[in-house]
Amino acid sequence: MKTFTLAIRETLAAEMRRDPSVMLMGEDIGAYGGAFGVTQGLLAEFGPGRVRDTPISEQALVGAAIGAAAAGLRPVVEIMFMDFITLAVDQLANLAAKLHYIYQIPCPLVVRAPTGGGRGYGATHSQTLERLFTGIPGLRIAAPADAADASGLLQTALRGANPVLFLEHKLLYPLRWKIGGNLPPPVPFGRARITHSGDRVTLIAWSYMAHLCLAAAHQLAAAGITAEVVDLRTLAPLDTETLVTAARKTGRVLIVEEGPVTGGFGAEIATRIFEAAYDSLDAPIRRLAGPNCPIPASKVLESACIPDIAAIAAAARDLAESAN
Amino acid sequence: MDDWASYERMVLIRCFEEAVERLFSEGRIMGTAHVCIGQEAVAVGVAAALRPGDALTSTHRGHGHFIAVGGDPGRMMAEMFGKATGYSRGRGGSQMMADTALGFYGSNGITAGSMAFACGLALEAQHRRTGRAVVCIIGDGAANEGLFHESLNLAALWRLPLVVICENNRYAMSTPVAAGLANTRLAERGAAYGIPGCAVDGNVVADVRAAVETALARARAGSGPSLVECETYRLSGHSKGDPRAYRSPAEEADAWQREPIRHLEAHLRAAGNTDPARFAACRTRAEQAIAVAIRFAEASPAPDPATVTEGVFASD
Repeated sequence: MKTFTLAIRETLAAEMRRDPSVMLMGEDIGAYGGAFGVTQGLLAEFGPGRVRDTPISEQALVGAAIGAAAAGLRPVVEIMFMDFITLAVDQLANLAAKLHYIYQIPCPLVVRAPTGGGRGYGATHSQTLERLFTGIPGLRIAAPADAADASGLLQTALRGANPVLFLEHKLLYPLRWKIGGNLPPPVPFGRARITHSGDRVTLIAWSYMAHLCLAAAHQLAAAGITAEVVDLRTLAPLDTETLVTAARKTGRVLIVEEGPVTGGFGAEIATRIFEAAYDSLDAPIRRLAGPNCPIPASKVLESACIPDIAAIAAAARDLAESAN
Repeated sequence: MDDWASYERMVLIRCFEEAVERLFSEGRIMGTAHVCIGQEAVAVGVAAALRPGDALTSTHRGHGHFIAVGGDPGRMMAEMFGKATGYSRGRGGSQMMADTALGFYGSNGITAGSMAFACGLALEAQHRRTGRAVVCIIGDGAANEGLFHESLNLAALWRLPLVVICENNRYAMSTPVAAGLANTRLAERGAAYGIPGCAVDGNVVADVRAAVETALARARAGSGPSLVECETYRLSGHSKGDPRAYRSPAEEADAWQREPIRHLEAHLRAAGNTDPARFAACRTRAEQAIAVAIRFAEASPAPDPATVTEGVFASD
């Protein structure tokens, strides 16, 4: 059994042993081991030259990593909370995403960002902000939902030649999965995974919501409703083919997303399915997402903002049982 | 680079920029461009101080910097024309060109946008002990971006082999330095990070070169970054179509008296080079080179629209 945290840490360590150009940069990632403990122990093995604590300067930290990547290193940046990536959006959007298209300079950069609510951290430490980046061509976006995918996608990111935004949901960190002693195999980008098979309703999600969708599918199965669950694994590139096939299979699609419903990536998914599989849909595509408000700190208020297993199961059952 | 070589390069930059202004006014090129007429000594002084293998980052006003380190005016002009033979194959335009083989890591359309990037180039050099030093050119406007502070702090903290050149041309678009900087003595910012900060006459190519060489020697010795303020003047507008209503003709006329090519001519004459034909020949060679560049650009094929999405990602 291995936690999501350990899977990422072991992958970073293995890649650093394999490739001397891999360098970690971030706030409090050295002796402290990162705000969520992901890099614990790496300073001791690799030293301060490759496990670099930085000042609280997200713009410079990300920009310097982009420059180091342009010069041939493979920096892995940790943004302590994804909310703080807003401070570095310019560098990602205007530089990392454009280096190859404009200047023909590869940018093998990984930006790890803990995302999501559920821990009562409040409005500036709980957001899932991939929506800020899904409309910026030039960035890859990975959003694993279990430990094996976290390792496999991170290996792919670290062996590629492009900037990758790597989303790590905070509620996944302590969860355990059965994976072998060695590293799981690399997972290619752009291949969604069917984590549960069913024919009544299709659930589509990524990151922690994909984990919850799988749990909801088990509940639904016990109640006699089988759900097809699609874990996107990467948002960019997006595996449209698997989405459309899964939508056609059941004719009923529920997209589950943690952030506010308006402007979320779920809208893009819905549109792609509608464009390609309109004739196969037996009901309108539905979205289950957060309301259009910041994420409050109070547990009861925060819970009202984030879909949970019960809400997913209820929405899926409602959709499965809706009239044609 | 001796004085005549500097002169030749500065005149080439001047001719390129004059051609850019002319081509815009004739409607032969589109988009936007920021020319560096009056700032040629900074570009050439910096280039003269660099060694092979060093890296340079530039600004939105980067044509001169690129030409100074050996950028091909033909491919640059082709980029201005949006042609497939341009440095960025028509994707970058005036403010986004690079040639890493020349150590030129790009002009950049975001004010201060290359500062942390330059730190990263320097970090790689330090980490791998390549011996490379990095020069990052910014303008006075960039000094008010947060990235200026974050980058200089990081560079000083990590003692990166970096030299930041602040090309103070007196205006951030229309905003004079006095209206944009609480302390207009930019070089004093170095003290905030415990690094050398010096100001030089940016219209005197030898002074620029000497200051940058000193800073580069410090960088190469592992002593960390420096800030060099080059005081110059942007003789043209911010970009095409700038009527320059925010300053007086008298101020501009005064600045023309102190512009860098005129200054270097006087220096060369004082050193005994009194034959006007030699100066004229320089100018003729530069004009011919730019005419060739324009012909190359105009004769070059346009990029194929079918390729517009190619290269968004590098091959993994």
